[in-house]
Amino acid sequence: MTQLSQSSRTVADDPTPGPAPSTRTRPRIRWGKIIAWIVMVVLLVITIFPFYWMLRTSLSSNSALAANASSLLPVDFSWGGFQRVFGLQSIDDAIADGGSGAQLDFWRYLVNSVVVATGITVCQVFFSAMAAYAFSRLRWRGRNLVFGAFLLSLMVPVIFTLLPNFLLIKELGLIDTLLGIMLPSLFMAPFAIFFLRQFFLNVPIEVEEAALVDGASKVRVFFNVIVPMSVAPIATISILTYMTAWNDYFWPLMVSYTDESRVMTVALGSFAAQSPQGGPDWAGLMAATLVAATPMVILFACFAQKIVNSIGFSGIK
Amino acid sequence: MTTSAPRIRAARIEAPPGKTRRGWTGGDDSRLAFLFVLPAAIGLLAFYFWPLLRGMWLSFTSWDLLSAAEFIGFDNYTRMFADPVFWNAIRVTLVFVVLNIGIQTVVALTLAVLMQRLTQSTLVRSLILTPYLVSNVVAALVFFWILDFQLGIGNQVLEWMGLDRIGFFTSESWAILTVALVNVWRHMGYTALLIFAGLQAIPSNLYEAARVDGASEVRMFSSITMPLLRPILGLVLIISVIGSFQVFDTISVTTGGGPINATRVLQVYIYDNAFAQFDFGYASALSVAMLAILMIVTFIQYRITRAGQTDLN
Repeated sequence: MTQLSQSSRTVADDPTPGPAPSTRTRPRIRWGKIIAWIVMVVLLVITIFPFYWMLRTSLSSNSALAANASSLLPVDFSWGGFQRVFGLQSIDDAIADGGSGAQLDFWRYLVNSVVVATGITVCQVFFSAMAAYAFSRLRWRGRNLVFGAFLLSLMVPVIFTLLPNFLLIKELGLIDTLLGIMLPSLFMAPFAIFFLRQFFLNVPIEVEEAALVDGASKVRVFFNVIVPMSVAPIATISILTYMTAWNDYFWPLMVSYTDESRVMTVALGSFAAQSPQGGPDWAGLMAATLVAATPMVILFACFAQKIVNSIGFSGIK
Repeated sequence: MTTSAPRIRAARIEAPPGKTRRGWTGGDDSRLAFLFVLPAAIGLLAFYFWPLLRGMWLSFTSWDLLSAAEFIGFDNYTRMFADPVFWNAIRVTLVFVVLNIGIQTVVALTLAVLMQRLTQSTLVRSLILTPYLVSNVVAALVFFWILDFQLGIGNQVLEWMGLDRIGFFTSESWAILTVALVNVWRHMGYTALLIFAGLQAIPSNLYEAARVDGASEVRMFSSITMPLLRPILGLVLIISVIGSFQVFDTISVTTGGGPINATRVLQVYIYDNAFAQFDFGYASALSVAMLAILMIVTFIQYRITRAGQTDLN
């Protein structure tokens, strides 16, 4: 607004005919603003509506959903969807309620997902941080060469490594185990190394030297100086890693065959495929997607500010 | 390298032995560095480079996992070039990428410009990022329900508007567009935030100067925003195109490649060959084709968008 008045003043100072364009500009910009807000709100509604629809459907009962498909509120309110997801409903009730009757133990899938995502995040971030420290603060022969090799790995598309990695996991006898799902991601992620290296490079060298003069070893410098000073970027990369691991589908689909190692995403996929006669159990399915989505939304809500702001400089993952 | 090596050795001779072990005098940390890089290096070799080589080699073999792999030369490749389903998969993948990236970029750019012009609120930015938090599987299943032919709210709305119901996931002509739109929904907010970050980097005095000269919003967008946004837009495009080529989850849980082959993208075809036909050799050859396509696309895009350069300085 201040810029607007400024511009009209400049125009007015100008000897050539001035006020006409500025009076014409003002209402046009306001109209433009209204249209812009409408577009924005429409896009926001498109973004949010499916989440509401998940909630509304999961709290309805299947028979009522068929009769009243377009009510904006839950129809014939029921916890049945969630009860089926967590195996709290007897099989007869579940079948009567439109469920498949198949035993689905989402507690177990939830625990599996938590174990996989936590294991991957802790190990991957820790090992990546160690490597990032060696690439940023240690002096050794061939550092740039090895770093270049890691750079190259960024360009290998994930898909290309999936089949051979599956064979390797199979040869290690880790098919259908949680370790088998985790193993390829445990040691490092190229992106995490670059991301952390960038931050470690920015830790003032004086701080490190002061610690070294005091007699600390480089190992101690890493744990007591570099890591504490980089809490924010480490938290950011941890959240991103956790999300990626939690949401991954293709790789766990390859490795897991039974409930032993089935994670949420894979369970959801098979839940959708197990349609009972007379159409899928929509209420149960939406309850299950909600259960799968909620931990990430909560995690995000706790760190929203940090993540949203970090997307700017961390660039792209 | 050659000049620094003797200097390090000289320093080591002069310094008392106790001090070099600490290493802060600028000595060599090789042993420690080896330990620190070791886990990551194991990961790199075992799960990136070794599978890369192995995948290449497998593409020249015939292997069903049961008997030993048998070297068959270029047979997988000759079979691939004569395989109509492969060419169909390439076509479907390209259609998907064009629809997905085309719509996604326009929507995300609109969102980013709107955010820059209207609001900087963290709430809005968090809301538009929400779809990115859920997995592709969740996104796919929600829209599978919303766009269900019988009960989906999407088709109810079409009926209210006096239009015919659409089999979004079951009609051969709609399925690929539907899947592309589901992916747009999940990624548009994230892409918008990346572009938004690029917009923030454009100096605001450029806009002020243009306004003083009486430039319209449209003019400012085409003469300031677009040219200065080009590098980040190029980078965002490369990343999203590479991701888009590898689409799998959304299709796997909804159409599974059908109806007939309407959504059988390359990735789904690779999975089918490996895990339904147990033809790992042929699946590997298809993966090599995917790798080649990705490399060519990246190269072309990089040249066109000149993503590495900036016009800012």
